Amino acid sequence: MQVIATRPKSLTDTQFTYCPGCLHGVAHRLIAEAIDELGIQDTTTGVAPVGCSVFAYKFFDMDMAEAAHGRAPAVATGMKRARPDMQVFTYQGDGDLAAIGTAEIVHAANRGENISVFFVNNAIYGMTGGQMAPTTLPDMKTTTSPYGRNTDDVGFPIRVCELLNTLEAPYFIERVSLLSFADIVKAKKAVLKALTYNKERKGFTIVELISTCPTNWGMTPVDSLKWAKDKMVPYFPVKNFRDKGVK
Amino acid sequence: MAKVLMKGNEAVAEASIRSGCRLYFAYPITPQSELIEYMARMMPKVGGTFLQAESEVAAINMVYGAAGTGKRVMTSSSSPGISLKMEGISYLAGANLPAVIINVQRGGPGLGDIQPAQGDYFQATKGGGHGDYRLIVLAPASVQEFADMASESFDLADKYRIPVMILSDGMLGQMMEPVEFKKAATDAEIEEMGNRHKEWCIHPQEEGEAYHQNQINSLEIDPTVLEKHVMKLDEKYKLIEKNEIQVEEYNINSNNEMICVAFGTASRIVKSAIDKLNAEGRNIGLIRPITVWPYPYATIAKSLHDKVKKVMVFELNLGQMVEDVRLAVNGKVPVGFFGKVGGIVFTPEEIKAQIEENL
Repeated sequence: MQVIATRPKSLTDTQFTYCPGCLHGVAHRLIAEAIDELGIQDTTTGVAPVGCSVFAYKFFDMDMAEAAHGRAPAVATGMKRARPDMQVFTYQGDGDLAAIGTAEIVHAANRGENISVFFVNNAIYGMTGGQMAPTTLPDMKTTTSPYGRNTDDVGFPIRVCELLNTLEAPYFIERVSLLSFADIVKAKKAVLKALTYNKERKGFTIVELISTCPTNWGMTPVDSLKWAKDKMVPYFPVKNFRDKGVK
Repeated sequence: MAKVLMKGNEAVAEASIRSGCRLYFAYPITPQSELIEYMARMMPKVGGTFLQAESEVAAINMVYGAAGTGKRVMTSSSSPGISLKMEGISYLAGANLPAVIINVQRGGPGLGDIQPAQGDYFQATKGGGHGDYRLIVLAPASVQEFADMASESFDLADKYRIPVMILSDGMLGQMMEPVEFKKAATDAEIEEMGNRHKEWCIHPQEEGEAYHQNQINSLEIDPTVLEKHVMKLDEKYKLIEKNEIQVEEYNINSNNEMICVAFGTASRIVKSAIDKLNAEGRNIGLIRPITVWPYPYATIAKSLHDKVKKVMVFELNLGQMVEDVRLAVNGKVPVGFFGKVGGIVFTPEEIKAQIEENL
């Protein structure tokens, strides 16, 4: 029998805890494939967030840490400073990274901390049941913005890549999406680049991945992909903001 | 090694480096600033990591990450900053991580002031963060003891995989006393300290080493698993209560008229007052808990006999440790209390007068 597709080595065989149509599995796979391709599984470690991907520490086949909500960049900083011989990444959602963990992400980026951040943005709190996130779109309904996000009252969605792009230190900042096969291929390239720079100890790298949440958006997976493409991508443009590796 | 004259804040920093601590994360706050500044100067000279974090919250989470690699790591702060660290301390305890946290206490609540106080006793010994957990808490009473507690704290943290807090105060942090340091750990010894934790800590998959997927974690979503995890922590705490209580008994004898109980800075002042009274023919004893968790309940209970008419507790707060003393005394004799707050430290004369009034 010929094996033509298999689980990446850097993922364990633990079953994912994600909903049908969720894209966390795709994001996990891209990171694991990139780690495999770079041959750094034995020296890589990651930090799981609080959110739907809270169990990421079980899914990546390497030593992992689980952080308090929003604190992954600080935890990763401690790990990287203690073990500069290892590649350290964080995996965080929008509530974790852009609300409760705003200080940690900004300062880790500003230090040029030698870590890779994978930031999954689906404009909502998933695990707690669909509350408003810092990236929830204007007028978008959630359980804590039941009449739609009122920007006069709670402000506008935060564009994290653009915000971090005002800092001097970050080495690589890119926003990608996971909304089509072609998008996923492009996303893989960005993930691989971030981890390559990580391996080369170039500095802080972040990849934002525009994703969906069919369960809490109340849509089918297919409709979610279309909605994200039509509504999210115009507000969160998919592009490379910075790549200090390109002269 | 010859004695040197140093501030408590600097002495404990130097002693920590000598104990093999090469990772330090903290945020500036008075009255512990000399500690963070000493680390900023000295860590680069020994090839260690000094990092000024963006917040107390970030600092304790950096400690969490570094502790997850099994290496000796420390942070320090003062009361309001320690409150901010409480989330991270609960996570450290829940994840069985060794780390050392120094609290140079100041007056509270809220922003309070920057003078010495002991108002964080409840926070340090009864929780502070969420959930069922304990810290080992050591309370020094001199600069020498403050420094000695550095290596002791790291050893205890490593032995039990537990966060250890040194509960000092602005007086001990700021004052200068002669201090003698232990020999500094060599690089080889420091490496060996870290290697002891390989069974559970984050480290590369090394050649020839058995496969590992170590997880630094305090999350157990299945209640039956979490119950086991918390019960296991409790077993550890019971073992610590059995093995690690430290207490100083000063002039405790079968003719004591009164037993005083005080810890840290307060105990020094009580000791001066007792010395004066005993020179005048009184027989007053002092029990000074050195570990305030685990607490020396048995030592206090054992000191009570027919001649002891009262137990007096002196603290730089409005009565926190006195609750533990009452538990130990268990109604056998009256327990009195005298305290000062606002960062005001009582004088030996005030204590002497209090003791005389209560005899």
